[in-house]
Amino acid sequence: MREVAIIGVGMTKFGELWDQSIRDMFAEAALKAMENAKVDRIDALYVGAMSSGLYTFQEHLGSLMADYIGQIGVPAARIESACSSGGQAMRVGYMDVASGMHDIVLVGGVEKMWDVEDGTFVLATASDQEYEAYNGVTFPGLYAMIARAYMERFGLTREELAQVPIKNHKHAVNNPNAQYPFEIDLKTVLNSSMVADPLRLMDCSPITDGAACVILCPVDRAKEFTDKFVKIRGVGAASGPIALHDHKDLTRLEAVNLAAQRAYKMAGCGPEDINFVEVHDCFSIAEIVVAEELGFFEYGKGGKAIAEGQATYGGKIVINPSGGLKAKGHPVGATGVAQIIEAYYQLTNQAGARQVPNARLGMTQNMGGSGGSCVVHILEGM
Amino acid sequence: MANSQRYTREIPHRYRLEAQKFPSGFVSLPRRYVDPISGKKEYENIKLKGTGTILTYTIIHVGSDQFKLLTPYAVAIIETDEGARITAMITDTKFEDLKIGARVEFVFRKIMEEGASGIINYGYKAKVII
Repeated sequence: MREVAIIGVGMTKFGELWDQSIRDMFAEAALKAMENAKVDRIDALYVGAMSSGLYTFQEHLGSLMADYIGQIGVPAARIESACSSGGQAMRVGYMDVASGMHDIVLVGGVEKMWDVEDGTFVLATASDQEYEAYNGVTFPGLYAMIARAYMERFGLTREELAQVPIKNHKHAVNNPNAQYPFEIDLKTVLNSSMVADPLRLMDCSPITDGAACVILCPVDRAKEFTDKFVKIRGVGAASGPIALHDHKDLTRLEAVNLAAQRAYKMAGCGPEDINFVEVHDCFSIAEIVVAEELGFFEYGKGGKAIAEGQATYGGKIVINPSGGLKAKGHPVGATGVAQIIEAYYQLTNQAGARQVPNARLGMTQNMGGSGGSCVVHILEGM
Repeated sequence: MANSQRYTREIPHRYRLEAQKFPSGFVSLPRRYVDPISGKKEYENIKLKGTGTILTYTIIHVGSDQFKLLTPYAVAIIETDEGARITAMITDTKFEDLKIGARVEFVFRKIMEEGASGIINYGYKAKVII
């Protein structure tokens, strides 16, 4: 297999983008990425999106996006794996370049979430539609059930749980693309409206419009385009049960662990070598469980470690320097690619005031459903 | 939403709690074809007795449009006495009686209506046994 480089990135601001359609957002991010990488032709295009059909009544995104970025003729397809669609599209793009099939590949992710009223229904389609959603469970409800099981078993307090979004909002202050670049305090979290007990509004990632794109090429050719690039050192993906109730241990997300082990093995490194990680904090409890599954904290101890400041600058590892899904925003299909972009900025020393000092190895972790799918990437600055 | 055949094919599970018991002891509702633990394809058809224990639960305050009128309502993950894991809405129970480890029984209830002219959906809910 060939080694694969990321040679350019582009994204929209994340937020409520009333003036931009799904194609406008994707075109903005894709054209920025192509300009950034100094390429005007691509050999293939993959776009991650969870539910463009339910959100905008538009399927067939491969064709639409190739058409609207002036690349008609290239092979183009959409990749779907719920909230990990972007990460899965990255993995497919990686395999495409690594295999030698194509050289210049555009990987993007997009979601237009503000064009529908009942977004709760759309998100619940990532669960078992007939045996979870049918019985009234929502997406926040699934993570609330993980939170309750975890809090009861490990003694995590409501105040400690609140430290996750507080930390992520603090990080987002320095991210110009973030949806909510402002700080929140404990009172804001504890007084926010209840969504699914024990999770409140400030535990939940928001509804976000946005798109993110990167350009991949073989490492051997990267220098033709740029002297600033990032190498993909490890890729791991795994599936888990579609229904939360079929997880043997309701305080764990085993697919995350499995994907991470595969990525570590391929990269030839372990959690102690990673300088920062972008994790899928769709709900505050998710960041805690994921950090444990990735090997950064012991099982049952992640919540307290994060509450004690171990997941921010000066701690054990910086988790979500971008602000994470909670504060940067979570346009579902775009998230996995946006995580890669944050890693690219960090590893090429372009992250400005949120730069993690001496960042050399970074990780991204993107997850679908209640742990039904997961993709982990390990990236290295060159 | 669901047309009648999509709804009808799930009736054995939703109305009568028909499940499958695999050699590893894994019990599945709904039907599946391979034991996720042993990989074996043999199983025994069983009917769940309809009692079990709450493993975790939540009280949902923001529901999708289909369930909006019921909020706040509780949903739980229940392990039945046979070992099947089921996500069910909680009914006929005070929120203060909900706890991890509480005993429940399944009851037959209306789940939702699919709009003014759609079908009415039924299935199981669970209530805490005091």
